[in-house]
Amino acid sequence: MSLESAAIATASVSRSNAPSKMTGEDVCVFYGAKQALFDVNLKIEQFNVTSLIGPSGCGKSTFLRSLNRMNDTIEGCRVTGKINLDEDDIYDPSIDVVELRARVGMVFQKPNPFPKSIYENVAYGPRIHGIARNKADLDEIVHSSLRRAGLWNEVKDRLLEPGTGLSGGQQQRLCIARAIATKPEVLLMDEPCSALDPIATAVIEELIDELRENFTIVIVTHSMQQAARVSQKTAFFHLGKLIEEGKTEDIFTNPRNRQTQDYITGRIG
Amino acid sequence: MATLNEHIVSSYEEELTNLAKLIFEMGGMVEVAVSSATRALLKLDHGLARQTIEADKAIDEMQKRIDEIAVSMIARRQPMATDLRAIITSIHVANDLERVGDMAKTISRRALQIDGLSLAPKFYNGVKHMADLILRQLKAALDAYATRNAAAAVEVCNADDEIDALYTSLFRELLTYMMEDPRNITQCTHLLFCSKSLERVGDHATNIAEHAYYLETGRQIGTAPDQHRVQVKE
Ligand SMILES: Nc1ncnc2c1ncn2[C@@H]1O[C@H](COP(=O)(O)OP(=O)(O)O)[C@@H](O)[C@H]1O
Ligand SMILES: [Mg+2]
Repeated sequence: MSLESAAIATASVSRSNAPSKMTGEDVCVFYGAKQALFDVNLKIEQFNVTSLIGPSGCGKSTFLRSLNRMNDTIEGCRVTGKINLDEDDIYDPSIDVVELRARVGMVFQKPNPFPKSIYENVAYGPRIHGIARNKADLDEIVHSSLRRAGLWNEVKDRLLEPGTGLSGGQQQRLCIARAIATKPEVLLMDEPCSALDPIATAVIEELIDELRENFTIVIVTHSMQQAARVSQKTAFFHLGKLIEEGKTEDIFTNPRNRQTQDYITGRIG
Repeated sequence: MATLNEHIVSSYEEELTNLAKLIFEMGGMVEVAVSSATRALLKLDHGLARQTIEADKAIDEMQKRIDEIAVSMIARRQPMATDLRAIITSIHVANDLERVGDMAKTISRRALQIDGLSLAPKFYNGVKHMADLILRQLKAALDAYATRNAAAAVEVCNADDEIDALYTSLFRELLTYMMEDPRNITQCTHLLFCSKSLERVGDHATNIAEHAYYLETGRQIGTAPDQHRVQVKE
């Protein structure tokens, strides 16, 4: 490894030839008459972290939301093109959107625990999706989700206290525990660390690297350093178009495209 | 050799320009050192030799300064892509230049050890020829770096073969003089070590050219099956 790639070494090497978990083909998204995404073609590799970067308003969140049909909840929003999760076309009328969102979970920018106990926050999803057969089963899911989210040791003695009483970083990990409790295959994260301090951010980044053992992750981030640290693949968006995508270390050491280069080096484009 | 847009943060732009300037300056100091050292050797100019040894301190200082600036920029700016390559390669290039400075010092020290008023002309020519070639290589490597010219960098690397061949023939030549007349042994041994030092300057010039290639392309220079250096195609 050259000195340079070591300097921005990704958390761990990309799994080579990882199969794609999700594929977007010619994805366009419109908000009313306004087009926000233009013919995006992107493969999301299984068990890798893909980061979406680009200036504000370039369509990162829009693309992320199209991956679990969160855009359906926005009035006037229309998606064209094709998005597959494994073999399933997720916009096919036969798809159960609730079930889709259990398979493709989401963590938001601002930690948003329900105003309920820590236990209930995590138990909610498995309960409504009928994943747990009984109380012991549910306990086990709550425990293992909290453990995987790296929160167990900090909350095991106060599971019945409100989730909103935790620190910001803990709340975000609680939201991650909640998202993984339904055993999703893909985890979408929209700037999950932007409201957190550097230590809490480091904890979440470490967690993301552990989670990719079992989940495929797509993360939107404003921090290029974060993208460089946590992801194996990076996609750069600009004005609603996917400009360049590739291995994270290539994008950050030697981008092919001038616009990508200008953006990541902080130049006037 | 694409020209780059300016940074949004202008002080960052200034720091990068300054770093490039320092490398340029250090390159100049080192070129002077090598040419003075060989002149001191060929003319047995002890005053110039001492001066060159003394001047090496400033070269060492310059390397430390470039190192510090580069490290501080990495820490404060978190450079990416071409900026990251510019900063990392400036550390490497300064390191090679510092080693070249050491070679000039070594040659100057040898010059001080040779007694007499002049070298025999037949000793003089081979070393002179080699020194000229080395200086040309060093200059070409530094130019390729400053102008980010990948094709010129490849040329520099390939020209190193010529230096290696020249060194081998010079080695044989000096050996012949020693066998001809044992009184030549002292001078020729010194010259032999000096030509070895010059040959190593050539290796550092090649390194600098390799850094230039990487700076511009983001890739390591390629080697063809016949050992020739080539540009890596996309
Ligand atoms: N709910 C919405 N209604 C209308 N326009 C929207 C909505 N959400 C986003 N947009 C527009 O779509 C474009 C992309 O936005 P977004 O995906 O949020 O960008 P990013 O996440 O990269 O900052 C922007 O021009 C934004 O104004
Ligand atoms: Mg957004």
